[in-house]
Amino acid sequence: MSELQEPKPRNPVRALRRPTLPPGGRSRAALRLTAAAAEGRFELQHCFECATVQYPPRAVCVNCLSHRLEWREVSGAGDLIADTKLHHSNELYYRERVPLRLGTVKLDAGPVALAHLHRDCAAPSRVTVRAHLDKSGQAVLIALPEDPVDRNDSMLREMTSDPKFRNVLITDGKSAVGQALAKALVEAGAGIVWLGVAEPWKQGAEALALPQTERVPLDLTDEKSVRDLAGVIGGKVDILINTAELHHNHTIADRGTETARAEMEVNYLGLMRLAQAFGPAMRARAAEGAAPATAWVNLLSIYALSALPSHGTFSASKAAALALSQNLRSDMRRAGIRVVNVFPGPIDDEWNQLVPPPKLAPSALAKAIVAALRDGVEDVYPGDVAQDVMTRFRESQKVLERELWDQ
Amino acid sequence: MRAAYDGVVIAAPVTIPYVRYSTRDAHWFLGRALAALIKRAGIKKDQLDGLCVSSFTLFPDTGVGLTQHFGLSPRWLDHLPMGGASGVVALRRAARAVQAGDAAIVACIAGDTNHVDSFRQNLANFSRFARDAVYPLGAGGPNMSFALLTSHYMRQYGIEARDFGKLCVAQRDNALKFPHALFKKPLTLDEYLNARPVADPLKLFDCVMPCAGAEGFLVMSEERAKNLGLPFARILGTIERHNAFPDDPMQLRGGWALDRDDLYAQAGAGAADMDFAQVYDDYPVINVLQLEDLGFCEKGAGADFVRGNSFTVGGSLPLNTSGGQLSVGQAGAAGGYLGMTEAVRQLTGETLGARVENARLGLVSGFGMINYDRGLCSGAAVLGRA
Repeated sequence: MSELQEPKPRNPVRALRRPTLPPGGRSRAALRLTAAAAEGRFELQHCFECATVQYPPRAVCVNCLSHRLEWREVSGAGDLIADTKLHHSNELYYRERVPLRLGTVKLDAGPVALAHLHRDCAAPSRVTVRAHLDKSGQAVLIALPEDPVDRNDSMLREMTSDPKFRNVLITDGKSAVGQALAKALVEAGAGIVWLGVAEPWKQGAEALALPQTERVPLDLTDEKSVRDLAGVIGGKVDILINTAELHHNHTIADRGTETARAEMEVNYLGLMRLAQAFGPAMRARAAEGAAPATAWVNLLSIYALSALPSHGTFSASKAAALALSQNLRSDMRRAGIRVVNVFPGPIDDEWNQLVPPPKLAPSALAKAIVAALRDGVEDVYPGDVAQDVMTRFRESQKVLERELWDQ
Repeated sequence: MRAAYDGVVIAAPVTIPYVRYSTRDAHWFLGRALAALIKRAGIKKDQLDGLCVSSFTLFPDTGVGLTQHFGLSPRWLDHLPMGGASGVVALRRAARAVQAGDAAIVACIAGDTNHVDSFRQNLANFSRFARDAVYPLGAGGPNMSFALLTSHYMRQYGIEARDFGKLCVAQRDNALKFPHALFKKPLTLDEYLNARPVADPLKLFDCVMPCAGAEGFLVMSEERAKNLGLPFARILGTIERHNAFPDDPMQLRGGWALDRDDLYAQAGAGAADMDFAQVYDDYPVINVLQLEDLGFCEKGAGADFVRGNSFTVGGSLPLNTSGGQLSVGQAGAAGGYLGMTEAVRQLTGETLGARVENARLGLVSGFGMINYDRGLCSGAAVLGRA
């Protein structure tokens, strides 16, 4: 497997390339392909009655006309039977990226898929088709070689946010999660990793001494602090990972509103301050060079989806942050920047000292975030608890609400 | 055995000259075609009691809106969104209407405009499958589909670029004598082979050029045509098919393969009897598929057939004698009519360009609508000299 190439510095005399997007229009049925791809799965419509697998998405089964269609995961394995190199396109986004390699894949599951081709795929050969979110935020199909995948492929890079050679800001660099992330990013070959520290006087510098990392002052509760940092590094951040959080273990009956307000200041308003200060600069650099600004990661909580009453104020602040993050995602998509939401269960950190296991190790969380960036995934539910709660959430939101009462 | 089209004829082929780009709308081109038909037949507008329309750029109107736009009160109306198959399908629909007495004179018209940006906009919303599964890949229009088909066909059956080039060069030769052709210069095989790549293995002269224009013809009883003093051609057989062979992973054959025996049985003639063929030709590979599927040679023998024949007007099989879409231009849905109007002209002696000597029987075939990965509509007709 060959490695990503280090991008060359931008020629400052040239105008910034303004971001363009691939066509994002889809039928409502086709959005289910996007929904699965957002979590890294390749799903196609299966007929409940006759088991036919079909693509493109339809309203009824192509074989038996049943309307009982289910979206289920498929392997994506198939035969690449024809390929072409397209030298022109009618869309600005693709005009900047021709020639395009496209092909016809007869999937083992049945249907024929027209797909982007990884540069190592040539007909006839066995390939694996995946659904990936592209810069428009919608799913498209790409055929990958069966062998280890060369990540230098330009179309694959467009659809993912590999941290290699990219400059990353971790908004809280002194937490266990922040430290684990810094380590994982350095290992993944990131460029500069900035570690935000809200109260620099509280902690010795040596505790944060990781190679290629730089400590920067950043207090999410202080608008001036956020803007000051954006003024210094905002034009260089390729990936922003918001790990800052305040997490009290209280039900709303326990305390006054100060606890809730303090959590909202960091978890909700802190994200808003970041979005306002860093969002525009990242959007402006979304098409620059070989490694443009690419992703924004928010550390949320699985309890943003359904509140854990014993952590009621925290759950509420994360639910607010989720709503805000969806707003941010809608804003950032205009530049093709991916907003990744991470929904862990209890993390094995200072806030959850009294929470019994299973708990998610910060290193495992860090690994999941790096993997999400590499794989181009948009929603991540890392660890056993998050997976369990998510499964229950999908089965019945109301049942889950009851189940969380006494936890 | 299907009923014959006895007593029904096709007449008055008209062409509204093609232009690369136009500021006019589709209504303008279709209106001109209708006016040309009326003038050619020497009838009053009110005598048209049937109308059949095909157009890609008529939105938000359909044939219904056109009746008010043109001040017509037809008792029979059809709107066929079948692209390159619309000429054949319009003919067989209209012929049955006349035969059954539902209409006396049916005007069949097809046309489109081409604004500087309309092609891109049409592509983006061509079909639901195209919008969901093709256009997002950056593939504008049928170039991708035909590139994949051409590359697959070449590998499967060993045809070479120069074979496709022979067809394109012959059509250009035919076009040089056809006044409405947008391409006025001869094409050499070297120019064809060395043109700039568009979508491998397709190069520039493999790809049809979108333009604006319109075509039209009239369908009526033989008796009426004689009374009007109109030269006409007989309708000997027709077929249409949609979404043929859906399980073929690649479209190496079209609906013609399914229906050709039916076509020739109805016509009482075979491929070998045809004095010329007007096949749908937005890319040369589809010419070869039609020649195979319509029985001019076996499946996969297209390369040998191309090498063993000549396709100019004076050749062993005169093919696309006006120059076809590849050399005349593709005026949207009118591309599906170009072969039909040319076939009628060859059989009635009203040719605008080169004429096939003593042409008695001619084949017209259509192909249309790349909905996702293949063209869905196919059709063919055998016409005969009166």
